[in-house]
Amino acid sequence: MGAESSPKIVIVDESPIRAAILEEGLREAGYTEVVHISEMQSLLARIYALDPDIIVIDLENPSRDSLEQMFQVSRAVRRPVAMFVDQSDAASIQASVDAGVSAYIVDGLKKERMKPILDLCVSRFNAFAKLQDELDRTKNALEERKVIDRAKGILMKLKGLTEEEAYVLMRSTAMREKKKIGEIAQSILTASELLK
Amino acid sequence: MSTPLHIGFIPLVDAAALIVAVDKGFAADEGLDVTLVREVSWSNVRDKLNIGLFDAAHLLAPVAIASSLGIGHVKVPITAPFNLGLNGNAITVSPALHAAIMAELDGDRFDPMATAKALARVVAARRKSGTEPLTFAMTFPFSTHNYQLRFWMAAGGVDPDEDVRLVVLPPPFMAESLAGGQIDGFCVGAPWNSIAVDRGVGHILHFVSDILVRAAEKVLAVRQIWAEKNADRLAALIRAASRAADFIERTENRTEVARLLAQPERIGVDAEVIQRTLDGRLKISPDGTIRESGRYLLVGREGAGRPDPVQAAWLYAQMARWRQTAVSPEAVKTAMAVFRPDLYDAALGRAGGAGEGATAPFSAFAGPPFDPQDISGYLGAFDIPKRV
Repeated sequence: MGAESSPKIVIVDESPIRAAILEEGLREAGYTEVVHISEMQSLLARIYALDPDIIVIDLENPSRDSLEQMFQVSRAVRRPVAMFVDQSDAASIQASVDAGVSAYIVDGLKKERMKPILDLCVSRFNAFAKLQDELDRTKNALEERKVIDRAKGILMKLKGLTEEEAYVLMRSTAMREKKKIGEIAQSILTASELLK
Repeated sequence: MSTPLHIGFIPLVDAAALIVAVDKGFAADEGLDVTLVREVSWSNVRDKLNIGLFDAAHLLAPVAIASSLGIGHVKVPITAPFNLGLNGNAITVSPALHAAIMAELDGDRFDPMATAKALARVVAARRKSGTEPLTFAMTFPFSTHNYQLRFWMAAGGVDPDEDVRLVVLPPPFMAESLAGGQIDGFCVGAPWNSIAVDRGVGHILHFVSDILVRAAEKVLAVRQIWAEKNADRLAALIRAASRAADFIERTENRTEVARLLAQPERIGVDAEVIQRTLDGRLKISPDGTIRESGRYLLVGREGAGRPDPVQAAWLYAQMARWRQTAVSPEAVKTAMAVFRPDLYDAALGRAGGAGEGATAPFSAFAGPPFDPQDISGYLGAFDIPKRV
């Protein structure tokens, strides 16, 4: 961090996992003063008490509008400024909105010190989104597995098939109807519910 | 079909014209392929419109003006060719504050001057007894809610920057914060006042139509540069929104409209609550008291859709009054030019003319008549805030 002391960074994020990923990244990069706020009820009071140099907030967070008010409160000693106020770097603004993160810089912090922090936020937010996506896919695959197993059971019982035969029947039907095997399995479950 | 349009909105009843335009197929009839994107904050709507992720947006009228002038944020010239709603906000207070105001009330409880003076007495009594100042919430620094709340209390002698605390809260958090005692009152759009009343945690003290007869609330906003490059598509969008506004105003369609708006991906609250606000027939107290007003929320009727530059000038004057900016004659002109009745008239093939369709002129319950040519003179007539 050189001679200058580490800026105080506040992360406002209701997702504890994403905040942890970001916090870890910032610490690895040598930013030692990082605080995560997950409780939105007394957000402004906490921010005033912490008096940060930089505030990072996720764009899904409805409390962003409350933060914006801090610009307008003339009695606040130090006023935060939205990073978007500086239009000189359109690409990084676009990248941060795409990643779903926004940042506010408090008066006095040099702009060049902000850039690496913002880049880090963007890459960690994107990494989190990818992780979330993979998790969702794994979860869906597991769900599908369960549905197929139950449909297999129904076919075995109703048509006196072996497990192998039941699976082959679903797969060939899926291929013929140009559908996923999961969809065929789901329609078997639905039909059996209806015919109960 | 042309290239898809992405339009951002906040889940509020005054997004109705956009939602109905899309969900009833009026936008498609105009050859537009519109995707509505629900947002969680006005900051997001503004930023995504500014950088072009949104082609258009449901936007607070003061944000359109502030963006065009670069007040408080990036300067991005905005064009507002259609009003999505006039009025529609209300001031709601906690049962305790309601009782305190009623105890001090000298006059009609729907007279905002009487309630504002009662509030001033409540505030004075609290100060005398060393009780914490009252806290009021609104939705954004550049919002009609902020200005209406301030205008009202200042008329009774309460300085909103000195005598009370004003905070910003997202509309869906209002009722909860009132119930939890973090705030004592708020000004917000429909349906959030009704939600607080239904939960038994608030009383609707005023419809904002008590404060201003006609207040430009939300506008259909596009970037000026987008408006210039996409004149035909903008005209088509104005026609679709206008047709939707007319549809919403026909009482026989209200049940259907309320059902469309109630969808989880649109506003996502009970259709019955939404219908109350469209009908202007609101439960104002947990005991079931009903108040009806023909001016609660205007979507399209009485020429509501046609932008009125005088309204833009009034909103700009509020920014100046509350020191968000300094008065300048050039800025007044820029603010007024954000509202574009000419684009509205051209799109709908109407002859136009000043105040077309408007049955009530611009007027407020306090202060001198508003003159956009003399904003300094107008502001000089108010005692609050004290001039330093």
